[in-house]
Amino acid sequence: MSEMTAALTLEAARELLYREAYLLDHHEFDAWLDLYTTDATYWLPLEHNQPDPVNTSSLVYDDRRLMELRVKQARHPRAHARMPAARTVHQVGNVMLLEQGGAEAKVASVLTLTEFRSERQRMFAALVEHRLRVTPAGWKIAAKRVDLINSEGELDGIAVIL
Amino acid sequence: MTASNPAELASLVEPDRVHRRLYADPEIFELEMRLLFGRAWLLLGHESQVKAAGDYFLTRMAREPVIVARHGDGSIQVLFNRCTHRGAAVCHLEKGNTQQFVCPYHGWSFATDGALRYVPIAEGYGPGFAASMGERGLARVPRVKTYRGFIFASLAKEGPGLLEFLGYMKTSFDDFVDRAPGGEVEVAGGVFKHAYNGNWKLMLENHNDTVHPAFVHASSIHAARDQAIDSGAQVSAHFSDIAVRQMRQNGAPTEVWEKLDLWTTQSGHSFMGDYHSDDRLVAGLDNPVFREYYEQLVARLGEPRAREVLSVARFNSIIYPNCSFMSQFRQLRIVHPLAVDRTMVYTYSYKLKGAPEQLFRDTVAFANIVNGTASAVLTDDLEVYERTQKSLSGGLVDWVYLGRGYGGDVAGEEGTTRGVTGTSEIHIRNQFAAWKQYMTAVA
Repeated sequence: MSEMTAALTLEAARELLYREAYLLDHHEFDAWLDLYTTDATYWLPLEHNQPDPVNTSSLVYDDRRLMELRVKQARHPRAHARMPAARTVHQVGNVMLLEQGGAEAKVASVLTLTEFRSERQRMFAALVEHRLRVTPAGWKIAAKRVDLINSEGELDGIAVIL
Repeated sequence: MTASNPAELASLVEPDRVHRRLYADPEIFELEMRLLFGRAWLLLGHESQVKAAGDYFLTRMAREPVIVARHGDGSIQVLFNRCTHRGAAVCHLEKGNTQQFVCPYHGWSFATDGALRYVPIAEGYGPGFAASMGERGLARVPRVKTYRGFIFASLAKEGPGLLEFLGYMKTSFDDFVDRAPGGEVEVAGGVFKHAYNGNWKLMLENHNDTVHPAFVHASSIHAARDQAIDSGAQVSAHFSDIAVRQMRQNGAPTEVWEKLDLWTTQSGHSFMGDYHSDDRLVAGLDNPVFREYYEQLVARLGEPRAREVLSVARFNSIIYPNCSFMSQFRQLRIVHPLAVDRTMVYTYSYKLKGAPEQLFRDTVAFANIVNGTASAVLTDDLEVYERTQKSLSGGLVDWVYLGRGYGGDVAGEEGTTRGVTGTSEIHIRNQFAAWKQYMTAVA
């Protein structure tokens, strides 16, 4: 237990974010879900500097259940926008340990996502914040906020997980 | 062969089928911008977006970028966003408040009613210029009207009045606003701007298509079907509750869709009855939030009238050619055709004034699942629009079949016609009947 409550290192934070990107890019979605706490949230705000997910709409505001349903939906044979799954590269960079104290830590990063599906390649760029929490199984993601730089712009449907 | 020939345009629309060129021919799209979007009343937004003098927002009508502004005298002005000097847009922020619009190019300044106020170093424009300034204001869109707070405008100087255009559809706006305990609704909660590589008509055809949910949304229905929902007594214990309920509802059995009322009116409009049986999404008196809302409505209207207001059960109402809204779910979508195969849709949520805050949070959650750009539901609609566009854009197969329920239409009151069942394609045939009228009318 002492090891797990030990302060999160920048190296460990970076490793966790890279692992998440790796699992998404390799379509290992169950393992991706395992990176998250059971009360986790995954949030793509609609507006720049959006203060909360309940009074303003979001491109995505999933609790753990909706995250699981997102994965389940994508496996259905008639998941039109998700079958076949897009090929992606999640490029994670500029990882910084913003805050840490005891059982929680806040990590900032940037994400460049390139997606290929249906003869079309698209790119997304986002500022990302992970809130990590230590659990008996190690550090997990308790909340992920992904601010697409064009969240308020004209967007085609997004079926990939950022 | 030119598409601008009215006889040829008319030949592309038959009673139960239309030619694929209506979706895929760029020449026809240009004609639509001029003859259809250039003539019809278009819904631009709501008065709550321009509450105070100087408030404005930008939008577009057909190909024209326009400014909707509240002028100092309280009037709503719809102005072409184009300097009368060399044509630069005089306003580039999506919304805001200003005393004047100053052109970035040579500094001409315009009041919020479009009047040209000031021209820097005006002498150089020559003698007589100062006297002509009164005629050099921003061009105004010729007709602007509101109905129950919703702002409409038409690029045509003449044509049917707004009430004539809306006809029976005004009852859907009544339903929207009557539900507010405070007597008004307002735009809130952000704007989704989703786009797809497909013709603008595909979305309007889909919104009252009641066969599609079981097929297009099969995967989200499957994902949600066995999920538990919160009991009626709980107040939003889980944010995901609304999403799960809505995904489940899309899996309603065939009989429910068949028995729905699907109404059309003149000018291409239509509305469908509601298919929801879920008591948190609609009129659930067991739900404490809805109960509180109901009591507020009763306090304002009295019980009989409150019950009457809540007894109206409509899902989508379509105002042809640029709007689709859900009076009962406080969602409104404005369609912006960008090209024959590219469409952008602005989606707004509305708040019922005087209703509990939690009711609006439920609206936000509903918007996310139904209209969200990355939602489990909308993404499948967009995918199918794109696949349809792809197929219609080429090939030797000319006709698109719209015959479901054809021949069974039932005449109703006040110019309405009902589909023989709730799954009829009557609303699409009705849209094309209006299309034909607009496109072949002699100017």
